[in-house]
Amino acid sequence: MNYQLLQEYWWLLISVLGSLLVFMLFVQGGQSMIPQMKEEQREDMIYTIAHRWELTFTVLVTFGGAFFASFPLFYSTSFGGAYWIWMLILFGFVVQAVSFKYRLSDGNILGRKLYDIFLFINGILAPLLLGGAVSTFFFGSDFTVEKTNLTDAAAPVISQWGDWHGLEVLLDWRVVMFGLMVLFLTRVQANLWFLNQVKDENTAEWNRKQLRVNAPVFVVLFLATTAVLLTTGSYETTGLHEFQWVDNKYLNNFIAMPAALISFLLGTLMVLYAVFAALFRKSRKGIWFSGLGTVLVVLSLFWVAGYNDTPYYPSYADMESSLTIYNSSSSEFTLKTMSVVSLAIPFVLAYIAWVWYKLTK
Amino acid sequence: MDIINVVEWSRAQFALTACYHWLFVPLTLGLGIIVAVMETVYYRTRKQEWLSLTKFWMTLFGVNFAIGVATGIILEFEFGTNFSNYSWFVGDIFGAPLAIEGIFAFFCESTFFAVMFFGWKKFSAGQHLAATWLTAFGASLSAWWILVANSWMQYPVGMEFSADQMRNVMVSFRDVALSPVAVNKFIHAVTSGWCLAGAFVVCVSGWFLMKKRNVDFAVKSIKVGGAVGLAGILLCMFSGDGSAVEVTKVQPMKLAAMEGLYEGKEGTPLVGFGILNTEKQWNDDKDPMLFEIAIPKGLSILGRHDANAFIPGIKDIIEGKDIVDGKMVNTVPYAERIKRGKAAQKALAAYNEAKKAGDAAGMAKAEKELKPDYKYFGYGYFNDVKEAIPDVAMVFYPFHIMVAVGGWLLVFLAATVFLSFKRRGWLSCRWKKISVFPLLAFVTLPLAYLCSQCGWIVAEVGRQPWAIQDIMPVQAAVSSLSVGQVVTTFVIFGLLFTILLCAEINIMIKQIKKGPEVQEHVN
Repeated sequence: MNYQLLQEYWWLLISVLGSLLVFMLFVQGGQSMIPQMKEEQREDMIYTIAHRWELTFTVLVTFGGAFFASFPLFYSTSFGGAYWIWMLILFGFVVQAVSFKYRLSDGNILGRKLYDIFLFINGILAPLLLGGAVSTFFFGSDFTVEKTNLTDAAAPVISQWGDWHGLEVLLDWRVVMFGLMVLFLTRVQANLWFLNQVKDENTAEWNRKQLRVNAPVFVVLFLATTAVLLTTGSYETTGLHEFQWVDNKYLNNFIAMPAALISFLLGTLMVLYAVFAALFRKSRKGIWFSGLGTVLVVLSLFWVAGYNDTPYYPSYADMESSLTIYNSSSSEFTLKTMSVVSLAIPFVLAYIAWVWYKLTK
Repeated sequence: MDIINVVEWSRAQFALTACYHWLFVPLTLGLGIIVAVMETVYYRTRKQEWLSLTKFWMTLFGVNFAIGVATGIILEFEFGTNFSNYSWFVGDIFGAPLAIEGIFAFFCESTFFAVMFFGWKKFSAGQHLAATWLTAFGASLSAWWILVANSWMQYPVGMEFSADQMRNVMVSFRDVALSPVAVNKFIHAVTSGWCLAGAFVVCVSGWFLMKKRNVDFAVKSIKVGGAVGLAGILLCMFSGDGSAVEVTKVQPMKLAAMEGLYEGKEGTPLVGFGILNTEKQWNDDKDPMLFEIAIPKGLSILGRHDANAFIPGIKDIIEGKDIVDGKMVNTVPYAERIKRGKAAQKALAAYNEAKKAGDAAGMAKAEKELKPDYKYFGYGYFNDVKEAIPDVAMVFYPFHIMVAVGGWLLVFLAATVFLSFKRRGWLSCRWKKISVFPLLAFVTLPLAYLCSQCGWIVAEVGRQPWAIQDIMPVQAAVSSLSVGQVVTTFVIFGLLFTILLCAEINIMIKQIKKGPEVQEHVN
């Protein structure tokens, strides 16, 4: 593989990890509904996500590690700059990690309710903020990159951000809408998951009732977000650090990449079918359609964000600072080495699937 | 931004999260092995008591594992959030071990952890045992890659600087992954976890002996915990010796700080106990010690395995003096390094100017100037040689506490193993109503934690001011943040971790008080 192909291959792997992460956020979707859960059904539902959270957590850590290894300039620019956003996300995951284990333990001095609040916080923050963070792949962020700063001993930092350090995105309605869309997607997924896992009919009815709210809100947000995305312009690379503005850039990308368009449409249909089947056919297998559909849609979004000469991390403070998969990646040697390592991923996925199957049976 | 304060607070935040994380990780590493050994005995004997033992310690393992995971996630992302310049400058090398850790180790650990706790009735006994071993293996594999990454910061190998990309790039994955510093560090860190977990199991079991509850359970636990702990401390000492040799070779300044050594000599003694003179400066004639008890030639033996070897002190290193095999070796004095570091930075700036202007000849000239001086690039961020000296007291005292407590752990765990196998009755004997063995075990556990924390303080404070030895000091590694931002997150995480630690300890105590339960056989 040549260098360009390696860069594209690693963006593909990042897309896969990102899409699996969004799918696994159904755990957070479930947590976000804890306050609404009925006392007598709550523990049954929480139990089904209590031995899945580690997987979501692990996918997040691997997503971060893979991004670091393959696109270190994104890692250094985004994490160091959008400080508050990432710290809030991390805070949510820290409190989540102990909550499932500690909430019902003897000697729990903080009380079950506080741990449930922790789970709720993570359930809201993680999808909202991760969704918002991913949306900056399309709507841009307020940063500049100047590598020559390294030679200035008094001010050596290469990535500089505006004073709000990431919080400014909360004022961008498109970013907020994207985050809310992901939040409601995770809630829909959670309802479908509970329907699949908890056999009790009362619990099933509760989930269908929740789904009747979550699904329409999600669909409206999804359609609005899609409309915004397709009419959003962005930069297009004309050289390693040279860009030009292109109207409707993401619509153009979908047209230029039929695989992305098919993946997006197919994924959307699968999610909608899953909701339809759960509500009108009383199906309990919707999570598998919806899960695969989510993966397909997110994959396509990563592809239109990073392929076809598109900077996946546009800077609206300085166009030339925008990050592409070609100007922000690791060296050819590292990508090649990591690509050999990545050959083990199917093996890892296989044993995870086997364990998942056995635990779910 | 107020760069010095941001550096200090960012370091403090990283130290806070690392110290909290390392409260839980060694127990996970060691208890994982202990639980796996117990389950293996159950699998082979099918004796119900071993199942009870396994499940009891597994419960404590789970309580500890959760908070270890919680504190660990911050660390990975803090490289980006607080040390973003670092993440770019060496991300090409440093990111790989972190990604590999996620793909291989963390997935293995977390997947089979779920089987350990939720799979008793869904997997066969053999599959469950395999999952328990794989969880322990995954934890150690995770430690391997993290320690590869950490060791690379202490001893950067397998890389070269690319002026064109303005960063360091990997040229040999094998050199990075199998660095001798990493091998020693891995054995040292993981086996210290075995030792700490052994002390933990012995301490908790000692409580049962003192209360005269579940005595048979306690003695069996002490046998396994003590044996794993003893193996841990022996391997830890063996690898500690290897680490000392490596530090002498690649981080002489750290070794000098560990011993409070300013001026070396042939046959350098090892300070067994000492009080540092806080007035001492690197270039004055004051005695560095107010009081000391030294072991003759000890440091020479420790550092170079030669009783008459010369070990350079802080002053020698700064002035560029060393003696190897009886011959004077002139290393580059620090003042010269600073000069050459600044020259390297200037050459890099010139390279970029030439690149922007499309001046190929200028680029070639600047690159030629840069190459010989690049190994001192990081020194160019300093203005005075004293900036390159770590906080000697912060390294000296933890090092000596670690060694002293390590010695006690060896004696205690060896005695524990002997008593549990050969003089079982002595474990419960009393002197004037005091349960002697449990009391010693209660004292030993906090000492083991102290020892473990001190080890990391020596490793990390000892390499200051470097984020990457000789290449990037911490002041050039940080993100562009305000002091207020970092202080805010420091306080939030400090409070949160403290609250969660209290919660964890209380849950542990309750679980211990409940004791083991009679278990039904599985499959």
